[in-house]
Amino acid sequence: MNIAVVVRQVPDLIEPLEIDSSGATLDLSSASFIVNESDDHALEQAILVKEAGGATVSVVALDFGDVDNTLYTAAAKGADRIIKLSLDGEPPSPRAAAALYAAALKPLNPDLVLVGVQAHDELDGGLSPFLAAALGLPYVGVICGVRRGAEPGTVTVCKEFPGAVMAQLNVKLPVVLGIVGAEQPPRYVPVAKIRAAMKSAQFEEQVAVAPGATPPLSICRLEPPASGSHAEMLSGSEDEVAARIAEILAQKGLRK
Amino acid sequence: MSTQDVLVVAEIQRETLGDVTLELLAAARGLATATGGQVVAVVLSADGASHSAALGAADRIVLVDDPLLAAYAPEPFVAALQEVVAAEQPSVVLIGATSIGWDLAPLLAARLDLPLVTGCKAIQAEGQKLRVTASFCGGKMTAQVLAPTSPAIVMVLPGSFRPNGEAGKAVVQQRKLAAPFSSGAVNFQQWILPEGGDLDITQQEILVAVGRGIQQKENLEVAEELAQALGGALCASRPVIDQGWLPATRQVGKSGMTVKPRCFLALGISGAPEHVEGMKDSDLIVAVNTDPKAPIFDVAHYGVVADVLDLAPALTKALKRN
Repeated sequence: MNIAVVVRQVPDLIEPLEIDSSGATLDLSSASFIVNESDDHALEQAILVKEAGGATVSVVALDFGDVDNTLYTAAAKGADRIIKLSLDGEPPSPRAAAALYAAALKPLNPDLVLVGVQAHDELDGGLSPFLAAALGLPYVGVICGVRRGAEPGTVTVCKEFPGAVMAQLNVKLPVVLGIVGAEQPPRYVPVAKIRAAMKSAQFEEQVAVAPGATPPLSICRLEPPASGSHAEMLSGSEDEVAARIAEILAQKGLRK
Repeated sequence: MSTQDVLVVAEIQRETLGDVTLELLAAARGLATATGGQVVAVVLSADGASHSAALGAADRIVLVDDPLLAAYAPEPFVAALQEVVAAEQPSVVLIGATSIGWDLAPLLAARLDLPLVTGCKAIQAEGQKLRVTASFCGGKMTAQVLAPTSPAIVMVLPGSFRPNGEAGKAVVQQRKLAAPFSSGAVNFQQWILPEGGDLDITQQEILVAVGRGIQQKENLEVAEELAQALGGALCASRPVIDQGWLPATRQVGKSGMTVKPRCFLALGISGAPEHVEGMKDSDLIVAVNTDPKAPIFDVAHYGVVADVLDLAPALTKALKRN
């Protein structure tokens, strides 16, 4: 099976987000970047399918943020091919980016394309369905498990629904799947293994083909939510705050 | 030529109308009142008539009954929706940001080359455009987006609008698909329900919920002790469940359970919309987070800027002392 995985960089939400002088765009110049969480799960799921029955796993990423570290980690986890797409400027919107990824993925003739179902910095939809449309492949998303199907050329997947309910679906290949979670947490890779990958892994570098004329959304203004706009904030030492919470719970008859 | 109508895509899961549909109808009513259009609910199923009564808040209900729509698969649903949108020419299509919505909305936008806005918390008409207040970056940023009504497709976060309880006299129209389509690529097999045996967090009066701030599995003990001191139960946001530290039956949020306990203690949970969707209606919410700008403080009644690993033991001690 030929599996392709798209991994993206997103701003690390642990750090404060800054807005640029236009007031309508995130200032990414001082942001730190991490791999998009659901893309990390997509990679893990690809490696699990490979381990379960053999597959070639190709990882594709735009050259942005801390992508080299992400790609070396992917190689250390078991990715067979690493394709890095060079980019002028900042990454385009998911919709425009779909055309870039599709151009890189088509020559791979993937049976299965796995992409995180959502990235937290997207406002105009998830990349994965737009990528499916650009590739002319079927799509289903919010998937949390992928296994080879009973019939050749199929996979069995689980689609999440509320209430810890899942729909089991049989999917014919080729297909694009939007992954929300792998069957197990993304594996930890020791630093030594990543260092080894840095010496041995070869990136295939390509120039990202310019996206089409999809106009971006017109964003008038960005703003962080007002801090504690609803909550009454409690302050003091830990013991003082704990005592106050205990008092509030007692007043509401919520003590054991 | 587009109309001023607002199209709401009704969501049916396991033969039940999803709560989000009534919320979408409330959002649609606000828009339609401003534009002078109608609220049109579209029901895609093999037998939509049974859901008509619950859609009384619409002006019209378009029932698209087709055997291909008996079980969910993206392709036939998107193809059907495409046909309805082409016929109705609405100014806006509202779809819930749900498991199904995350398939349908972008696929429809891609197929019809229409603008799509996700994360909608509020929406209003502004001339020939829509002003959408959208949440992104895990709820840590809000964007004001102007979208053309060509039409625009808007994905609405569940819980953003309150159903208005309207029960009008919606006109029901049957629509037969001219070109039902499915490649047969995605086929429903079965529903997998959560295994029994674990406690039902939707029935608990007091919940202690943990998120990334708990840092590692060994630290769950701190939260468990607090839950015991309160006579409550432990639950979690998605990152903790994804790590396998607690079973999926303990997950609160979009893919997990929706809970409404008397008290919800959110420990080290930032408050991403997907989590807030499942706990915002709790009677009392107390949130503890190291980030003073964490969105969880927007839905909490009381907030504390602190490390959960410091505050939780202090609270357990205070509860035991008294």
